[in-house]
Amino acid sequence: MVPLLLVMLSVIGWPFIDTVRLSFTDARLVGAGGDFVGAANYQRIFASTAFWRAFFVTTEFAVVSVFVEVVLGVLVALLLYQNFRGRNILRALLILPWALPTVVNALLWRLIYNPEYGALNAMLVQTGLLDDYRSWLGDPNSALVALIIADAWKNFPLVALISLAALHAVPHDIKAAAVVDGANALSRFRYVILPYLVGPLMVALILRTIEAFKVFDIIWVMTRGGPANSTRTLSILVYQEAFSFQRAGSGASLALIVTLAVTMLAVAYAALIRKSAGARF
Amino acid sequence: MINRKTLLAALLLGTAIVNPAAAETTLNALFMAQAAYSEADVRAMTDAFIAENPDIKVNLEFVPYEGLHDKTLLALGSGSGYDVVLFDVIWPAEFAENNVLVDVTDRITQEMKDGVLPGAWTTVEYDGKRYGMPWILDTKYLFYNKDLLAQAGITAPPTTWEELSEQAQAVREMGLLDHPIVWSWAQAEAVICDYTTLVSANGGDFIADGKPAFQTGGGLEALQYMVDSYDSGLTNPNSKEYLEEDVRRVFQNGEAAFALNWTYMYNHANDPSESKVAGNVGVAPAPGVAGQSLVSAVNGSMGLGITTTSEHPDEAWTYITFMTSQPTQNAYARLSLPIWATSYDDPAVTAGQEDMIAAAKVGLAAMYPRPTTPGYQEMSAALQQAIQEALLGQASPADALAAAAEGGGL
Amino acid sequence: MERQSLGFTVFLYVCAGLLAIMILAPFAWLFIMSISSTTDLVSKPLHWWPAETNWSRYRILTDLTPNTHGAALMTALVNSIEVAAIATFASLVVSVPAGWAVSRTPAVGWSLWLVIGTYMLPPVALAVPLYMGLAALGMLNTKFGLALVYLTILAPFTAWLLKSGFDPIPRDLEKAAAIDGARLDQTLRIIILPLAAPVIGTAALFAYLLAWDEFFYALLFTSDHRAKTVTVAIADLAGGRVSDYGLIATAGVIAALPPVIFGLVMQRTLISGLTRGGVKG
Repeated sequence: MVPLLLVMLSVIGWPFIDTVRLSFTDARLVGAGGDFVGAANYQRIFASTAFWRAFFVTTEFAVVSVFVEVVLGVLVALLLYQNFRGRNILRALLILPWALPTVVNALLWRLIYNPEYGALNAMLVQTGLLDDYRSWLGDPNSALVALIIADAWKNFPLVALISLAALHAVPHDIKAAAVVDGANALSRFRYVILPYLVGPLMVALILRTIEAFKVFDIIWVMTRGGPANSTRTLSILVYQEAFSFQRAGSGASLALIVTLAVTMLAVAYAALIRKSAGARF
Repeated sequence: MINRKTLLAALLLGTAIVNPAAAETTLNALFMAQAAYSEADVRAMTDAFIAENPDIKVNLEFVPYEGLHDKTLLALGSGSGYDVVLFDVIWPAEFAENNVLVDVTDRITQEMKDGVLPGAWTTVEYDGKRYGMPWILDTKYLFYNKDLLAQAGITAPPTTWEELSEQAQAVREMGLLDHPIVWSWAQAEAVICDYTTLVSANGGDFIADGKPAFQTGGGLEALQYMVDSYDSGLTNPNSKEYLEEDVRRVFQNGEAAFALNWTYMYNHANDPSESKVAGNVGVAPAPGVAGQSLVSAVNGSMGLGITTTSEHPDEAWTYITFMTSQPTQNAYARLSLPIWATSYDDPAVTAGQEDMIAAAKVGLAAMYPRPTTPGYQEMSAALQQAIQEALLGQASPADALAAAAEGGGL
Repeated sequence: MERQSLGFTVFLYVCAGLLAIMILAPFAWLFIMSISSTTDLVSKPLHWWPAETNWSRYRILTDLTPNTHGAALMTALVNSIEVAAIATFASLVVSVPAGWAVSRTPAVGWSLWLVIGTYMLPPVALAVPLYMGLAALGMLNTKFGLALVYLTILAPFTAWLLKSGFDPIPRDLEKAAAIDGARLDQTLRIIILPLAAPVIGTAALFAYLLAWDEFFYALLFTSDHRAKTVTVAIADLAGGRVSDYGLIATAGVIAALPPVIFGLVMQRTLISGLTRGGVKG
């Protein structure tokens, strides 16, 4: 444990503490170190509409994308749990979107959403579902949704695979007993299967929510936060503040606020897990 | 014993001193993969330089324009970062304040001072000092599709922005195109360049008496024009997510009658191997506003500078001198026009692009600067947001600009 | 197995078909774009299949002539391979002893949780000090520096996977070895490692894929061919002056091939790792 702790301390612990220190200064990225400014950075951030807007965009992105991934993932797991020909091939395919590098995924969807030559517009118009080509990433009403779809497509396989493993952990006799008792499919899912899914799903939910809250790559490549900052998440905002505008101090404060939000989310979910686990056993 | 030691020390010292001089120097240079010179051009110029200077090696790095500013700053931290960087006209203030670029005022020769167009020098100047050599002398021009205009019965390109709308309306009424005008209005510096062009046409100011002034007068009228054009559908609605390359693609595909873009589009769009509109490309200075201006233009020039972290400033300057020299620039004048005054009358430069040169002579003389302030990045970000909000109908132009004037960033 | 009605069977196959399309269509489109002519890609209505296939872009992007698109992408590809390998190796070196220690001495379990907790830190919260630190050490724009940073992402993950992999290995073996006079490191090397080889392999594979996917730190800490990874290289290519969507798509295919092939070939290992991490939590 000691070497790992040492490495983590030096490569994570120290930068983190330094970030805390920076967050109380007006340091610039390049050039002279900053002066101590107390909580001024934090005050400015909490008073800024840009921050709150990014906060809500990030929350919306995280909540909706994870929700879609979980629902889709569980449905796909239930499907792949059934017996049919080609099931194993489908299971193998499931790994593909997950293995695709995030940046390539973002590029791929940017090309699909292209307003003039994109496949989505072409498909919808040629099948008559849409009258005219649309600007998916240029319209604040659709840009975030478009990003969420791209993100969910890549990440639902993870939830599906975890759920599938959990399904296989359900003892056969319990399922058989439920069938004998004449429970219909829905109540069988609700009372027999679901309890086995909740734990693993919660873990997946936490992991994905933390990831989604930190989102940077896919947005950077697809919209860079536009149009009109409607997809500017907190990580993008931190990048802009600390690196584009070179305000390392307030960038650090902002990053710490993001960290705090992620931690609180994770703790809340963990409490939920403990509660649901306690209720079950 | 002592003698041998001394000899050894002398030898060691000797190699230490002699070696760097004998070894070849490697320069790292940062360029952009966007408008102006193509990557192939930059590589060819660099090869020519290396052929002349065999003891200097140059590594080229290309990033999108959007990454140029941040890369330049971030690389400062690395001991062996870039030696030569391409910088935009809007950055010298910030770079000077943060000690990013070397002051090269004293390196500039009299020949350079006399030969380079005065407008080009503004690209590299801040506070009376020069931080590099101008290299790309560029502004946004109004490109038009001659064929489409002829079909709509239009004989001459517009000379005012009002006239541009009327002509676009005519193109639309003829059923030729639904959205005849295309711009680069993505949330990026590109939209500021288009906006600045309109500000210059309307006689606006970015800053007056040290305070933001774009929210009234010409600055407001400029945005109002953009919003009107967008709302009327005369402007391609996808413009709001386009950068220069998207504009070029749409124009080359024959899907725009009018496009605002940099010099480089002229010869690309006239190249039949990549363009459907080759031979039909017209170019004119961006129009003016009746009673205010005859033409409009934004200073979109860029320069080459030496970073303060460079260990080879002399070699870097040799490279910059070569890249910005008149022979080099004349040889690669198809996608970016030279900074040298006499080049514009040199048949070798003008041949085959007489229209482009004619537009450039007018446009370059009218170039209007974006504000030179160390806080430009933030001001630009705030303006980008304001413009997009106004285009999307989230705020009125007046409200959006007033909010931007309050300040950007956090 | 319960009997399935015909209707249900049909429903199953329809769903399975839809899932297959959903997963494969974006991949197929990326590939088609990479071999379509530029004219096909910018035509309206869109041509879904090229009139004639055009493989030239693969030649352009694998061309090794210095200072070309191809050389830039291939160098980045090699950088990615190296950085991911160094980071993976380093993360195993620190996390094998750590995972073992925690597995054998539950009392130090808190330290593993501390390490795993770092997962909640968004990269933006560490980026500024890491940047300054790497700059001070002269390690910006070096593969080694980037690998060191990646270590912080990989190590918590591998330590966690390895701990759960070590848990089922019986302790009696170690006791026997101790009685025979083996030192601790000998026990680990001779007894445990061979037994844990599969889980170490899984951890290595995951670590490698994670490192391959990374974008944010690579964007900040590399500036040219000396360390730039493939994710940054294709983001640069796509954001730059490329009028040909096919070239972007081809770069995407090339960057995606290694992890996707890895994923397909090693899917069993991957799925076991994913579900181990997820289910065991």
